[in-house]
Amino acid sequence: MENNIQPTDIYALAFHHRFQWEEAQNSYVILFPEGMVKLHGGAGEVIKRLDGKATVADVVADLKATFPDAQEIEKDIIGMFELAVSKAWLRKVN
Amino acid sequence: MTQASLGDSVVQKEVHAQQQNNGVAANITHTQPLWLLAEVTYRCPLHCAFCYNPTDYDKHTQNELSTEQWIQALRDARKMGAIQLGISGGEPLLRDDIEDIVIEAKKLGYYSNLITSGVGLTEKRIQAFKEGGLDHIQLSMHDITEEINNFITNTRTFELKKKVAAMIKNHGYPMVLNVVIHRYNIGHIKEILEMAEALGADYVELANTQYYGWSLVNRSQLMPLKEQIDEAERITNEFRQKVGNKMKIFFVVPDYFGNRPKKCMNGWGEVFMIVTANGDVLPCHSARVLPGIEFPNVREKGLEWAWKDSPAFNKYRGDDWMKEPCRSCPEKENDLGGCRCQAFLLSGDAESADPVCSLSPNHHLIEQAIEESKNPQIQAQPIIFRTDKNSKKYASGESNERVEAFHALP
Repeated sequence: MENNIQPTDIYALAFHHRFQWEEAQNSYVILFPEGMVKLHGGAGEVIKRLDGKATVADVVADLKATFPDAQEIEKDIIGMFELAVSKAWLRKVN
Repeated sequence: MTQASLGDSVVQKEVHAQQQNNGVAANITHTQPLWLLAEVTYRCPLHCAFCYNPTDYDKHTQNELSTEQWIQALRDARKMGAIQLGISGGEPLLRDDIEDIVIEAKKLGYYSNLITSGVGLTEKRIQAFKEGGLDHIQLSMHDITEEINNFITNTRTFELKKKVAAMIKNHGYPMVLNVVIHRYNIGHIKEILEMAEALGADYVELANTQYYGWSLVNRSQLMPLKEQIDEAERITNEFRQKVGNKMKIFFVVPDYFGNRPKKCMNGWGEVFMIVTANGDVLPCHSARVLPGIEFPNVREKGLEWAWKDSPAFNKYRGDDWMKEPCRSCPEKENDLGGCRCQAFLLSGDAESADPVCSLSPNHHLIEQAIEESKNPQIQAQPIIFRTDKNSKKYASGESNERVEAFHALP
């Protein structure tokens, strides 16, 4: 699915979804009616930064600064946005 | 309640999502009870002909766990990693402590779901649930017609359900509708989906009846034709295209008409744990039909022992227990040989391949059941409704009406 994630887009967690750290799984999860997904570290770091104000560009910049050694991080981040939007875990705010 | 509504879709979706390699972990932990289903009571004001609850449920209406015991169970399961909590029954709202259970669930970090017929849901209670932190409410609907709703549930609940749906929406809850599909409503799929859309449903589960408990007793009366199921699926797909992501529609395919058995509960003791009204701890809804297994009870050794160490939970983990043709089957990891309860109920051998599998030596039992459901004389037998009176008859052995052919009381 083409989602055309733009740097100026602002996303937030979809309504009725909850994002939380799960100690027993050692990972972040997204919970929603009838389901859940476990996110690996990188994906969790993306969702964690969605406060309803940060743009995609803000998230990319912040993650680049936090993980300066990560290769091709921008592509992974955009990929995560695309997946999360196509799965309806996120809603577009602006 | 429906069996399909309580976990299959959750687990399938999680596994499905896990297969994506884009931002989602590939390592699912197979040893944690991610889903805890609390069947807090078997009492129910409805008398649905397709209920999966045991036909002898009446034995467990007087020895329900106390509020304190439920709260302890919630705490213990959460420590082991449980995160999705289903509060079900029977009709859970017949207990007056659901508010306390909801508050504790929120405190512990569960994502909690009340699975209800809507009977007993008042403004006062829903407000308390919202304040207490209940995450969502799953409402069962039966048809677009008052006639079929009232017939299949053996109650007059049609208008009430519509009122409750509006109440759920007004309180800002996601609207999750569950509709069990059978012969009497399968011709109304389009209208049912239109009704769901009009009510503002966010999620709709069209759960084709699976045959356990009361629905097994009423199998010939409930089973639709293969052609009707195919048509229902076609209409559902069309509707999905139309509504897109706005309303998620799950169509749970009935295993009697599938090619392969379902991976029941995503594996025995893998992600799913049920605590029943009387405290029995089960790996699946109907496990008590299986012979020679003593299921643990929370009043005895607690949930951690039940999950990790009890012989019952370890009995069908992995695939060491499998017989041929499952053992050497290339599909065995996909379906784990299907459902142990279905295998035993229908064939008398819990370790044999699920008879719904076309490779099972007992597959003729399924073909025979499908043929029987088309027989006008058998069809015409009256439905046996899920009532305390009927349950008492099964529990006491006074009646074995329409259960003689099965190897355990469904």
